[in-house]
Amino acid sequence: MSRRVGVVLFPGSNCEQDMLEAVALVGGEPEVLWHGDATVNGVDAVVVPGGFAHGDYLRPGAIARFSPVMGAVAEFAAAGGPVVGICNGFQVLTEAGLLPGALQKNAGLKFLCTTVPLRVESTDSALTKLADPGAVLRIPVNHFEGNYTCDDETLARLRDEDRVVLRYVENPNGSIDDIAGICNEGRNVVGLMPHPERASSDLLGSADGLPLLRSLVA
Amino acid sequence: MEEGIHRSLGLTDDELDSIISIIGREPNHLELAMYAVMWSEHCSYKSSRIHLKRLPTEAPWVLVGPGENAGVVDVGDGIAAAIRIESHNHPSAIEPYQGAATGVGGILRDIFTMGARPIALMDPLRFGPLDDPRSRWIAEGVVSGVSGYGNSVGVPNVGGETVFDATYQGNPLVNVLCLGLLPTERLVLGAATGVGNLAVLLGSTTGRDGIGGVSVLASAGFSDEETDAAKRPSVQVGDPFEEKRLIEACLELLDAGLVVGIQDLGGAGLTCATSETASRGGMGMDVDVTQIPRREQGMEPFEVMTSESQERMLAIVEPDGLDAVLEICERWEVRASVIGKVTPGPATGDADGGRLRILDGWDGEVLADIPAASLHEDAPLYDRPCVAPATFDESSRVLATDQPAPVSSDAGAELLAMLADTRWVWSQYDHQLFLNTVEGPGGDAAVLRLKHPSTGADTGRGLALTTDGNHRWCAVDPRAGTALTVAESMLNLACVGARPLAVVNCLNFGNPEHPEVMWQLSEAVDGMGEACRAFDVPVIGGNVSLYNESLGADIDPTPVVGMLGVVDRLDRRPPGVGLVDGGRLLLVGVTQPEVSGSRWARERGHSGGHLPALDHDMHLKVCDLVRTLVAGGLLSGVHDVGTGGLGVALAEMAVRSGLGVSVARVADAAELFSESPSRAVLCVSPDLLTTVENVCAEAGVPATRIGVAGGDRVTVKGLLDLPLSEVAGTWTDRIPVALGSGTAQD
Repeated sequence: MSRRVGVVLFPGSNCEQDMLEAVALVGGEPEVLWHGDATVNGVDAVVVPGGFAHGDYLRPGAIARFSPVMGAVAEFAAAGGPVVGICNGFQVLTEAGLLPGALQKNAGLKFLCTTVPLRVESTDSALTKLADPGAVLRIPVNHFEGNYTCDDETLARLRDEDRVVLRYVENPNGSIDDIAGICNEGRNVVGLMPHPERASSDLLGSADGLPLLRSLVA
Repeated sequence: MEEGIHRSLGLTDDELDSIISIIGREPNHLELAMYAVMWSEHCSYKSSRIHLKRLPTEAPWVLVGPGENAGVVDVGDGIAAAIRIESHNHPSAIEPYQGAATGVGGILRDIFTMGARPIALMDPLRFGPLDDPRSRWIAEGVVSGVSGYGNSVGVPNVGGETVFDATYQGNPLVNVLCLGLLPTERLVLGAATGVGNLAVLLGSTTGRDGIGGVSVLASAGFSDEETDAAKRPSVQVGDPFEEKRLIEACLELLDAGLVVGIQDLGGAGLTCATSETASRGGMGMDVDVTQIPRREQGMEPFEVMTSESQERMLAIVEPDGLDAVLEICERWEVRASVIGKVTPGPATGDADGGRLRILDGWDGEVLADIPAASLHEDAPLYDRPCVAPATFDESSRVLATDQPAPVSSDAGAELLAMLADTRWVWSQYDHQLFLNTVEGPGGDAAVLRLKHPSTGADTGRGLALTTDGNHRWCAVDPRAGTALTVAESMLNLACVGARPLAVVNCLNFGNPEHPEVMWQLSEAVDGMGEACRAFDVPVIGGNVSLYNESLGADIDPTPVVGMLGVVDRLDRRPPGVGLVDGGRLLLVGVTQPEVSGSRWARERGHSGGHLPALDHDMHLKVCDLVRTLVAGGLLSGVHDVGTGGLGVALAEMAVRSGLGVSVARVADAAELFSESPSRAVLCVSPDLLTTVENVCAEAGVPATRIGVAGGDRVTVKGLLDLPLSEVAGTWTDRIPVALGSGTAQD
């Protein structure tokens, strides 16, 4: 039986169709979770996709965290369900307190859309379990606020607990410790700025996102 | 009414007389304001219509030609593609961020008005020189505006051009193209039908922004900074989040079959949308101005009716469907208000009908009462004087000049001066959303996977898109220059393996009251017509932007061509602008020694002469050949020869692949920098060289072995020898260094 993956749709989300397509490509069964419904519909995994939820008004993710669906996502995560936030989804998860730290404006103070190399630092997470440890993946980034930051104590914990799952080989945005993606203590909630769904086919320039997408539906 | 008020609204005395004869009395202020915006150059095309009629617009695959919100072609598999290009030059000169942002917003609405989901944008941009602080301020603001709006609204920006030239100092060109897809059977037109049907205004509230945008801003040139700054309130302000919800709500309304007709609100706002839907349907419309949600208090009816507040649509719905419409809008948090009712008109046999009436309450005072169609159909049509410049000889097509022929002193330095990577611009745009982008910005043309817009099914085919313009060519000879531009677009498509389907154009010219400018426009239209007929590519839409002038100086004529093509089998990425180590370099096509109109010549102080000839048959052969070679997977790299000639083409291939080139058989600088058309550089692996040469020979296209790829130098024997690192550094750094070093206005 294939795994059902719910993709959260806020007004202003724009990567939801891409995520639905990518989930189907790796054999998952995708469905939309509407932001106004306080349920995850019994899915096996949840993705909070990229975009500009609620227009990124105030601050990316600041309004989306109050959407009814986010309560259900938090409960699902607390019960150990896999939750992955990509780009704006990562910002939403940090605002919702499901992941530590915050995403601030890129060091270059410009929006940046480009493909960057990432290293798989830990395969002990919901998103990286099928990736090769140490592998370098070429995956697109596409953000203005992707510069990950956290306090020293949090950073020390993330490192000590092996919770930095992906690091930039070439840091595009000034993220502290070259962090591209992290997970929570339970390792079931993962947030990352790069877009694995955009690296799902050689025709598009890279298929390096496939191990990550497969981890999600495995 | 105040004497002469029509003039301050941009209407001439003759135009006022026409209005009086149409409505049989003196117009009131509201009516006058409505005619002023609709009869503006921007909305009525009153100076250009007479010329645009000469363009070829038909082909079996054309579903909708010029005159609608967008052109539409059938691309097979039950999919139609809607495409349009527009300018937002004047607003962007005054307020670069919002001017460019609302340009994106406006073109998106034109596309989803047709029932299509927008899938790609392109931005051909032209600014003053990089060493001018104000031009840098405009460039930064425009790119931020395109980025800020386009990324947020969620439509990828897959290409365009960025040109810096003194001709655009004071009057930048900000053009924007949008491509959308729809299931062929869902094509909708902006027509109001059915007496008693309701006009529902969707989206944003109506404010005082953008009042007179089409007349005050778009239909007049620029003078000095103080006057220009005073025009800033005529620039609209965009909200991409509102637009995103509006797109989703409108497409859902169309999917549900709840809409009889739909129209975006762009230039001239509600006046245009209500009158256009009514007159297209052969109907009239009553509009209750009090029902229009306002952003601020105390707005006069004329302000409400001419406001260009962004992110608004007008949907014509049946009364029975209203509740369902309101429910979908509520779900997407989109405001929806019934503001009008369709009334009888010529289509219902009511000769006295067809009126657009503006009411102060449904049963209240009639504030305006005019024939809806008169705002469009009776707009003035001018056959303005066209006069060639005295220095242009129309029989030999030579622009006389006393400037000496260009001379090369250091071909290496001359090459470096022409290199600039535009990545600084397009890396600020999301160019990958929707998982379609096979070839993004920076190549000869963008290539997108073609997926069905409803089912998502991959057709295994692709669409290709390019925009091209060359003001230097058109300054020498607007007719031949425009034809060469069309040819360049075709070759760009061929380089990614695509064949052309349709052209849209954005005609950016100076002041139409100058006879030379009208001559340029007329000639450009004929050049485009000739090339499109010869190559069998219909023109399915366009936009004319006039009054591009600053302090009395007109810009060089700049017709921009957008061309859509199809890749019949997209199972591998096109070879792209690049090289492989040891690859053999072939130049296909014929090099004419003529350098007139080239960038190299202009930078050497030579701006006249006679453009290189365009041989239609040879051009078709070259395009077919290149397309065949790309489709057959026989090339390791390919690049058309365009601005900067063979020299720039080779340098770009080198820096993009990180490999040097060693080239011989180029006689002199003129041959290295000539922009003679119908040529491309191929990089071929040695084992395929004979095969490729045979294909060229069979196609009847000359192919010359000019060199080999590899090493760390860019060498053209006898002309230049540069370290690759210097070429790459110059190319990479020029724009970021100029724009990153701080910009300031004043």
